[in-house]
Amino acid sequence: MAKLNINGQHRDVDVSDDTPLLWVLRDVLGLTGTKFGCGIAQCGACTVHVDGKAVRSCLLPVGAIDNRAVTTIEAVGATPAGARVQKAWLDLEVVQCGYCQSGQIMSASALLAMTPHPDDSDIDAAMAGNICRCGTYVRIRAAIKKAAGAQSA
Amino acid sequence: MTVQASSVSPRGLSRRTLLLTGAAAGGGLLLGFHVPQARAAVSNTANGPQADAGPFAPNAFIRIDRESRITLIIPQVEMGQGVYTALSMILAEELDAAFDRVAVEAAPPSDALYANPIFGIQVTGNSNSVRAFWTRLRQAGAGARAMLVQAAAAEWKVDPASCGAEASVVIHPPTGRKLAYGALADAAAKLTAPANPSLKQPKDFKLIGKPFKRLDTPEKVNGKALYGIDMLPPGVTFATIAASPVFGGKVAHVDDAAAKAVAGVRQIVVLDDFVAVVGDHMWAAKQGLDALAITWNDGPNAHVDSAQIWNDIRAASEHEGVVAKVAGDAKKALADGGAIEAHYELPFLAHAPMEPINCTVHVRPDACEVWVGTQVNSRAQAIAAKLTGLPLDKVIVHNQLIGGGFGRRLEVDGIEKAVRVAQKVDGPVKVVWTREEDIRHDIYRPVYYDRITATLKDGRIDGWKHRITGSAVIARWLPPAFQKGIDIDAVDSAIDIPYDIPHLRVEYVRHEPPAVPTGFWRGVGPNNNVFAIESFIDELAQKAGKDPVAFRRAMLARKMPRLDAALELAARKAGWGKALPPRTGRGVAVQVSFGSFIATVAEVEVDTDGEVHVRRITSAVDTGIAVNPDTVIAQLQGGLIFGLTAALYGEITIARGRVQQGNFNDYRMLRIDQAPAIEVHLIKSGEAPGGIGETGTTAAAPAVRNAILAATGIALRRLPFDREVLAGRKKA
Repeated sequence: MAKLNINGQHRDVDVSDDTPLLWVLRDVLGLTGTKFGCGIAQCGACTVHVDGKAVRSCLLPVGAIDNRAVTTIEAVGATPAGARVQKAWLDLEVVQCGYCQSGQIMSASALLAMTPHPDDSDIDAAMAGNICRCGTYVRIRAAIKKAAGAQSA
Repeated sequence: MTVQASSVSPRGLSRRTLLLTGAAAGGGLLLGFHVPQARAAVSNTANGPQADAGPFAPNAFIRIDRESRITLIIPQVEMGQGVYTALSMILAEELDAAFDRVAVEAAPPSDALYANPIFGIQVTGNSNSVRAFWTRLRQAGAGARAMLVQAAAAEWKVDPASCGAEASVVIHPPTGRKLAYGALADAAAKLTAPANPSLKQPKDFKLIGKPFKRLDTPEKVNGKALYGIDMLPPGVTFATIAASPVFGGKVAHVDDAAAKAVAGVRQIVVLDDFVAVVGDHMWAAKQGLDALAITWNDGPNAHVDSAQIWNDIRAASEHEGVVAKVAGDAKKALADGGAIEAHYELPFLAHAPMEPINCTVHVRPDACEVWVGTQVNSRAQAIAAKLTGLPLDKVIVHNQLIGGGFGRRLEVDGIEKAVRVAQKVDGPVKVVWTREEDIRHDIYRPVYYDRITATLKDGRIDGWKHRITGSAVIARWLPPAFQKGIDIDAVDSAIDIPYDIPHLRVEYVRHEPPAVPTGFWRGVGPNNNVFAIESFIDELAQKAGKDPVAFRRAMLARKMPRLDAALELAARKAGWGKALPPRTGRGVAVQVSFGSFIATVAEVEVDTDGEVHVRRITSAVDTGIAVNPDTVIAQLQGGLIFGLTAALYGEITIARGRVQQGNFNDYRMLRIDQAPAIEVHLIKSGEAPGGIGETGTTAAAPAVRNAILAATGIALRRLPFDREVLAGRKKA
């Protein structure tokens, strides 16, 4: 039994401690916005926030989370950075198939929360862990800059 | 049954019900659109449009209710290419519908109603959704509009020609009278649809050609969009599978004692060619699978390896092929001496869409439900019917958004395996492949081997012989289209080479690799042919002592003015001819593919370690009328990245009958830190729309390869680019 704090709610889940958070979110709690892509923290589709930091949920055992706050794509719009990122994503029409975009948005919003005005190398460092097979990288970069600009305005 | 109407599951899925309800409501409020995927889940309760959706259903694509609510049924599946939006725009344009108030619904499986006019079956592929449905959907919209106008004119007792329509309202300008489409729905339903409704002139388009926001985006940025892998019907269990690591191998023996002891494992399903473990969640299923001791019977393919595959295809290419195209006397022109020859090789590739293969199935004695994202809706239904023995109308396919297709979802192998598991499981089961299973049991882009021979005369190409050797995917996938031994896809963009060449011969040698299944992969035949042709063109330009752009333009100007114009624009925008630092170069590639005319210039730097840094890509495209121009640009940007990934990293290799790659650590993808700046320039055109989804992919490899040639003088003839060669540690 693991006690979790997910999107501001306490959730008790009856799984073994070694179960990765990803599968608890998706298969136990029905929060399917967080995606499975590789299972080995190579693609970033499963990115969530743990105490505001971007973390790959596919390798994070629920037993290791303790009381730390988990935020998923379903709730990131309630954070200032998350809302700005989502809006920039819409404004610049970043998305194609969309499957990786939950993870992209989680990584980007964690970046902006820590680094309000990222330069290209900050963006590379924060986003290189998120693969997009549709190849939306050009727009992702532009949208992060737009979201950062919206912040200073 | 619907996902929404779910009862609370033992694992607390009530939360999901709320989420989904919220999704539908939020989507509706946000943009005034119902959201495609939410609606698909709501409304796909039967294999046909909902009976109660409205009195006016003039054709398979449009339904209008008495409140003027318009539902557009989209025959093509949305997998990121923006087709829900583009096809809705085409229908709404001719219907004069209020576009901000239409709803979009995914078509159910039906070849009779929704066959792709180019394929004759229900298929989303070949970059042809807009091309294939352009006329049919315009006619559908215009026909419905004509019936509504006729109904209004009858009501007003005026000449229909004196009426107009705008934003879902028929108007009579002389008197200022108006009737909403909903008020006319019952009367219009009694009329006969016109056989040949008149279509708008492009100058009168109000929607087509303007950049519209995509309908599917809002729910893709807040986690609410539902893909096949997100389906959670009540009572669902979760399964993952292992097929024989060696292609074609069978299960010999399974010791499941340890697997059964894994917490959350419910059932182990042993079939002749694969094993599935069913659990309370994916983790339990995967832990269970890892705990199984499976002994495989490798079968006849355990000796197959890449070296043998390449030896075989090179040997096959020595033989004369079936003539796919001939003009002038190529044999004579090439016999005149001075012929230049080169050969090019393309490897196996996996599709690796971000959404791994998955399918959720509930087999009951009287019916079968399938939740999946598929590019071949009716084939999905047919395979489930065949396996279960149920009639087609008892197989309900809930087609979902696809998290990347790239051709992988043109195959139904994942659906077949899921149905076979579901036949052994009580209740619905979601079968999700691990990434490793997805990459090791793909249906791969074939290996290709190209031999091209040419002669030059007066600085132009005189004789040309191109022999393409590779798998005939068409022969397996659409047998009626495989005629006279020619795979029309394998020779696409080769038989219609854009250059003005007096003596031309294109041959095709069908060669199937042993054991490795081959299929369509984004860019299909043109990927191979454009790479081989455009690489060779640069080598010929060198021999002729010509600039690559000038060499091409001299042979395009008369025959292909649209492509020549694209080349002129791309070269100009890319700063062609301007000086560059050492080890940096520009390369160009042109193509007519999927009905579009595209020129691409890449600028790359090759470092002394052989690493290729692509700085910038500039494409100019004439795709005819661009229905949603922003989507066209996005597809090119993304297609270029997809092609670049393959050119830089993509290769599936085989050893002992097994695929050696398994995940993104050893099957690399381009990431944002390597992504170049990309500029796309659209050329205004009034021509009918061309295809766009695969064109960027086709363009990337030859443009970058030619830039490497310019930067280093090294003529690479194989993909992916060999860093050892570029570092000077190995010969090309």
